[in-house]
Amino acid sequence: MQTLHELMTRSPVFAGLQEAHLELIAGCAVNQRFAAGSYLFHEGHPADRFYLIRAGSIALEVSVPGHGSHVLETLGEGEVVGWSWLFEPYRWQFDGRAVTSTGVLAFDGACLRGKCDSDHELGYELMRRFAASMLARLQATRLQLLDVYGGVDDA
Amino acid sequence: MTPEALAVGPMVPEQFTLAAKRRHTADTWTLELEPPAGGRARFAPGQFTMLAAFGSGEVPISISGDPGDDGRLVQTVRAVGPATRAICNAREGDALQVRGPFGRPWPLANLAGADVLVLAGGIGLPPLRPAILALLADRPRYGRLSLLYGSRSPDQLLYPQEIERWSAGGLEVELTVDSGGPEWLGHVGVVPRLVHRAELDPRATVAMLCGPEVMIRFAVVALLERGIGAERVYVSMERNMQCGIGHCGHCQLGPTLLCRDGPVYAWSDLERWLAIREL
Repeated sequence: MQTLHELMTRSPVFAGLQEAHLELIAGCAVNQRFAAGSYLFHEGHPADRFYLIRAGSIALEVSVPGHGSHVLETLGEGEVVGWSWLFEPYRWQFDGRAVTSTGVLAFDGACLRGKCDSDHELGYELMRRFAASMLARLQATRLQLLDVYGGVDDA
Repeated sequence: MTPEALAVGPMVPEQFTLAAKRRHTADTWTLELEPPAGGRARFAPGQFTMLAAFGSGEVPISISGDPGDDGRLVQTVRAVGPATRAICNAREGDALQVRGPFGRPWPLANLAGADVLVLAGGIGLPPLRPAILALLADRPRYGRLSLLYGSRSPDQLLYPQEIERWSAGGLEVELTVDSGGPEWLGHVGVVPRLVHRAELDPRATVAMLCGPEVMIRFAVVALLERGIGAERVYVSMERNMQCGIGHCGHCQLGPTLLCRDGPVYAWSDLERWLAIREL
């Protein structure tokens, strides 16, 4: 059976962290499983957690009145879901739905913020890693906005 | 090509007859073209023809058929302008003008034992279909075979039933779309994101890409970040091809002519020139 540390360090977000920091972060984590179609969080609700996907996938959705839910992005194994726990007002910006049966490590954001406040080195390392994740997702979003599959006229 | 066509040279088109056409999406069709009497539709995966409906201009179209079947020329065409619209509007029994096949194919002969990662975006899948069929026809010759395919939306994905058969035949498939409803169970996001998630052995993997050039550039960056060498990444390029045989120069990119030296290149041979915007 894999330890929390092993599960965490398989993700680039936690890989390479020093043992003491992994210990602190793992102290804020629990294993959870979500059935296909169930929601991990909803837009506007308090964002007191983030998730590391162990298996399965999670869709980030926004509800469009009259048109149901629109999927913005799906995230898979080894990826982190949730940045809102880091920034005030600590509210989810989107809905998060398990596309398939999904196993996650759920991290208590409030607990971790407290540890980051008292250990700035841990805070810096986490911020640096979350910023890299945000950058990758921002760049992918920009590419998605380009609508690159549109045709080029052959005239 | 018929012996007569070989005798007159590659600038003279042959008349193929549209034997069957199948619609995939609102603007994309697969055409089956019957060669003139005595001709065969021989080609290598990755090659293209110059195709025209009479009086509407020629366009380069990749061959999307099965390389193991040279009875008919199979081409998947997206109607995006006057020339391709005229081709797609042709009816069964109509004649279409064909020159070719032209170009350097995918390097399938060099892939024995390799893991092959195929990346396609939108209308970039048809030029890779012959390569996928050739890989699956000789499945034990290769290591892991994977396809990462992206499209604008689920209804724009080409060959969905065939992709299921490929999956059953030993091809690992991941599909992604830019926009999908809650009923869509695949990925939502761009193809390069799938590269970051893919399980792969960079030393054993050879990648073959075709799709919009912007997608190719970002996907190649992701492949290089995963440790795959630029000389093991092959791309099929599309530029302004007009003659198909390296005479007119319209498709020049630096020192190379895409119609003659391509359309398939190792990234290591091309990246320097793609970085120059004026080219």
